[in-house]
Amino acid sequence: MKRATFGALISHWQKHPLQLLALVVGLAIATALWSAVQAINSEARASYARASAQLGFSGLDVLIPENGTIPVTSYVNLRRAGWKLAPVIEGRWRLPKGSVRLIGIDPLSHPSASALTDATTFKLVNLTSPLQIFLHPNTKEKLDGIPDLPPITLTDSLPTGVVLTDISIAEQLLTHHGQLSRLIVLQNKSIGLTPLAVLAPNLILQSANGSQTGRLADSFHLNLTAFGFLSFAVGLFIVQGTVGLGIEQRRNLFRTLRAMGLSLNQLVVLLLSELVLVALTAGGIGLILGYLLAGALLPDVSSTLNGIYGESVEGELALRPSWVLSGLGMALFGTALASGHAFASFYKMPILTIPGFQSRAHTAGTGYKMMAITGSGLIVTGGIAMVLFDGLLVGFALLAGLMLGSALLLPLLLSKILTIAEKAASGALSEWVWADMRAQLPGVSLAMMALMLALATNIGVGTMVSSFRLTFLGWMNQRFSSEIYVSVNNDEQASELVNWLDSRGVTSLPIRWAEISSMGIPIRVYGAMDHSRYRKNWPVLQAVETLWDDVFIGSGALINEQLARRLNLWPGDELALSTDWKVTVSGVYSDYGNPHGQVLVSLSNLLHNVPDVPNRQFGLKLPLKEVPALMKELQEDFDSRDILAIDTTDIKARSLAVFDRTFIVTGALNLLTLGVAGFAILTSLLTLWNIRLPQLAPIWALGVTRRQLAWLELLRSLALATLAAVLALPLGLLLAWVLLSIINVEAFGWKLPMFLFPMDWLRLLGLAWIAAIIAAAFPAFKLARIKPSELLEVFAHER
Amino acid sequence: MLLSVRSVSKRYSDSPETRAVLCDVSVELKAGTSVALTGESGSGKSTLLNLIAALDHYDSGDISIDGTSLTGLSDKARSMMRRTEVALVFQQFNLIPSLTVEQNLSLHARLGGRLDLEWISTLTQRLGLSDLVDRYPEQISGGQQQRVAIGRALAVRPKLLLADEPTGNLDETTSSEVMKLLMELIQTSGASLFLVTHSSRIASQLERQIHLSEGSLQ
Ligand SMILES: Nc1ncnc2c1ncn2[C@@H]1O[C@H](COP(=O)(O)OP(=O)(O)O)[C@@H](O)[C@H]1O
Ligand SMILES: [Mg+2]
Repeated sequence: MKRATFGALISHWQKHPLQLLALVVGLAIATALWSAVQAINSEARASYARASAQLGFSGLDVLIPENGTIPVTSYVNLRRAGWKLAPVIEGRWRLPKGSVRLIGIDPLSHPSASALTDATTFKLVNLTSPLQIFLHPNTKEKLDGIPDLPPITLTDSLPTGVVLTDISIAEQLLTHHGQLSRLIVLQNKSIGLTPLAVLAPNLILQSANGSQTGRLADSFHLNLTAFGFLSFAVGLFIVQGTVGLGIEQRRNLFRTLRAMGLSLNQLVVLLLSELVLVALTAGGIGLILGYLLAGALLPDVSSTLNGIYGESVEGELALRPSWVLSGLGMALFGTALASGHAFASFYKMPILTIPGFQSRAHTAGTGYKMMAITGSGLIVTGGIAMVLFDGLLVGFALLAGLMLGSALLLPLLLSKILTIAEKAASGALSEWVWADMRAQLPGVSLAMMALMLALATNIGVGTMVSSFRLTFLGWMNQRFSSEIYVSVNNDEQASELVNWLDSRGVTSLPIRWAEISSMGIPIRVYGAMDHSRYRKNWPVLQAVETLWDDVFIGSGALINEQLARRLNLWPGDELALSTDWKVTVSGVYSDYGNPHGQVLVSLSNLLHNVPDVPNRQFGLKLPLKEVPALMKELQEDFDSRDILAIDTTDIKARSLAVFDRTFIVTGALNLLTLGVAGFAILTSLLTLWNIRLPQLAPIWALGVTRRQLAWLELLRSLALATLAAVLALPLGLLLAWVLLSIINVEAFGWKLPMFLFPMDWLRLLGLAWIAAIIAAAFPAFKLARIKPSELLEVFAHER
Repeated sequence: MLLSVRSVSKRYSDSPETRAVLCDVSVELKAGTSVALTGESGSGKSTLLNLIAALDHYDSGDISIDGTSLTGLSDKARSMMRRTEVALVFQQFNLIPSLTVEQNLSLHARLGGRLDLEWISTLTQRLGLSDLVDRYPEQISGGQQQRVAIGRALAVRPKLLLADEPTGNLDETTSSEVMKLLMELIQTSGASLFLVTHSSRIASQLERQIHLSEGSLQ
């Protein structure tokens, strides 16, 4: 009995293979997008954990300074008090070919790290001269051409982008003399010892369970997760549509089965098993797709994380059982979520009545109102949450409320618009077309929601990225105001270079900086000489009136926006760079794409506090057309090992390349989401096909040709897509605003001006049209070629 | 002659039956007259009606309406024929569910470019639909729906009205009401009527009766 009934239930899908295909593909795509993002995230997380273990940092508490750095004397005092600590100096070591993370440790006290217990390394550290640097073979390239380096040992057990060395070497390379970045606490039992809080009140104890990665990388992952979730949601629209239809179309069958003595519960169990079967199959396919997708996206993600956030993600994509399980779980959960409504209505509706399509269209009105009320509620809730709380998660909650709420408002809006269009229509045919579209709305509104959300996401994220890019470009042109940057290796070469430039009448500005660390935040302090270049070009956001005078007198400082937001310091506030080096913030400037803090003081101020700041970089001002000649002369007159000259056009191009790579992933997810929405339209049109003929046949009988009907079908789809696109525009712009002004500030620490890109909107409208045409093409083609007898069947008496 | 059907034969290619559904059928109808076509279920009545309405193609013979032969007529021309010259009433009413009664009533006339508001309001009144104009088809009874269908068909002032068992889905009382209205309005509009029915009582109300049996006229 069970078997036979299950067979009868399943036979529905044999009759409607397209429906089944839509269901499986929808669910598979949803699972694929979600699990691809999860795979990328867990890969990155595993890689961070690996790096942390390799460096011996995992599982131990750390002392960090409240501001500035930790003087060696504090360390010595704590050691004397009986605390077992391992000192670490860490900073970014900027090299001509990009920066690396330089970590200086004390090989004797450092906790066992796989990088150090590696047999050969261990020997080298302990037995031979400790004055070496260790790095992964892949990092080596960045150090090429750097003179006067200690011997290099290559080891696979370090993450790329990290240079590990003795603390004394790091001190020199980073010019952090007598200053430590942090202290690793080697024992967790402190019985009998004076508490750290008493001994060192200005050091903060950070627990081992704290985040291993920077806030920036965290927020990047959060972004990815949000995208994955959105794509998942869009995929579920397809599932909901097909499951609902599958139940509705089988109402007759259910009635027969019930009449044969099957209980309602038995029927539900059978239907559930059918769904679970579908969910697991589709989930499995989705996992395979997701794995492939993640594999394809991972290189871009890791270059993004590396380029912008300084985190390195390595290794092949691994197949984790937890990932497989969570992917399948998500498929099941999604199916349950998407079919919940259909099942609820299944319980509620009397099984003996077969509601036709027509009544669905008219009872839908109240449903739309309920949805619209819920939607408005969601938007308002998101807004209130934003006002009451802050933080990245609330920003995302606001986004979710906005998106979901607007989606729920869509059917009511569309139905109102279509009613107005119908009233305004002049011809009988166009009047019918609008009325018919409204009647069809219950069947296509889910697909329309999916399309609108996908378009809005595209507009929102596109606007954010393009605004960011434009601002970034402008900022680069201001900041890299010199045509050539030259760096040399020592002070003699520097003075030789300056003389050489003077004799040619080329203006050169020294660029000198020191890496310090305040409150555990790495900060780079620049010393600037008074020059119109700063006064004219610096991208200042907020400043006191006497900004540049204050800076060049030596009392003021300019800080970048990231630092300002992170420490909540604004013009007029005081900034402590170390215990006895304090400056007043006179202005804040934009510094996009840089995760670290920056401070600009006068050169004399910098030299006063950090006397041995090297003088090795210069910015050269000259007309653009003389750049190639001077570059050539520089190469001819100086030894290439002594000097490195960079044409800034080059830097700009490279920075832009890094920037563009960052958003490849979001771009890809965006397009995929749009594709899913297009697929949702196709499936809804295909599944509506059977209900469609009885509506079209009477119009055909009144003298409208099949070809005309087919064209109308296409136009209808285009009109709906256009409506969705038009409604998506304001939503997308709102989304962009939230991303730029709320999420960005929370996640990255800078606010971006918003620019509008109407050409992009047109391109998107074009894409939406293409999706709509592709989706409607097959049904329209079928309609144009349909045999009259098929249409006549509608009028046949024996229906 | 308004309608002339000459030696028309029709066979459904995808039907398991090999014999023709219509075999050498000929019938003529003068303008302003009416004919009732009776016959068993499955005898081919609807098939013949659909051929006359240019909804389907015949295999041989010829049908001409008001002198225009349907043979070799393009799909577009056939559609134009249905928009203006010929109107249909089906057993299933087949109103457009997404349009109101008022919109349904005027739809055909507007499609045919023959909107005559005065005529439509006369029809609406005579058919007793004045209070229902804003309703949707699903919100009115079967008899009312069929009255709308009749109004819709006559609104275009067709030369020929084709009705396929227009009362087949209605109970006896409603059926007589609808027939009465139909006959009156046919008179008023001056259209010819070709009506398919299996009821001899209804057939007797028309000027002429013909009988179809196993695809041939008796
Ligand atoms: N589209 C079709 N394909 C195949 N056979 C058909 C089709 N339409 C009708 N028939 C067959 O043609 C015969 C006549 O049908 P029909 O004209 O509908 O009869 P009536 O209207 O007199 O009841 C029936 O046997 C029917 O099964
Ligand atoms: Mg019939």
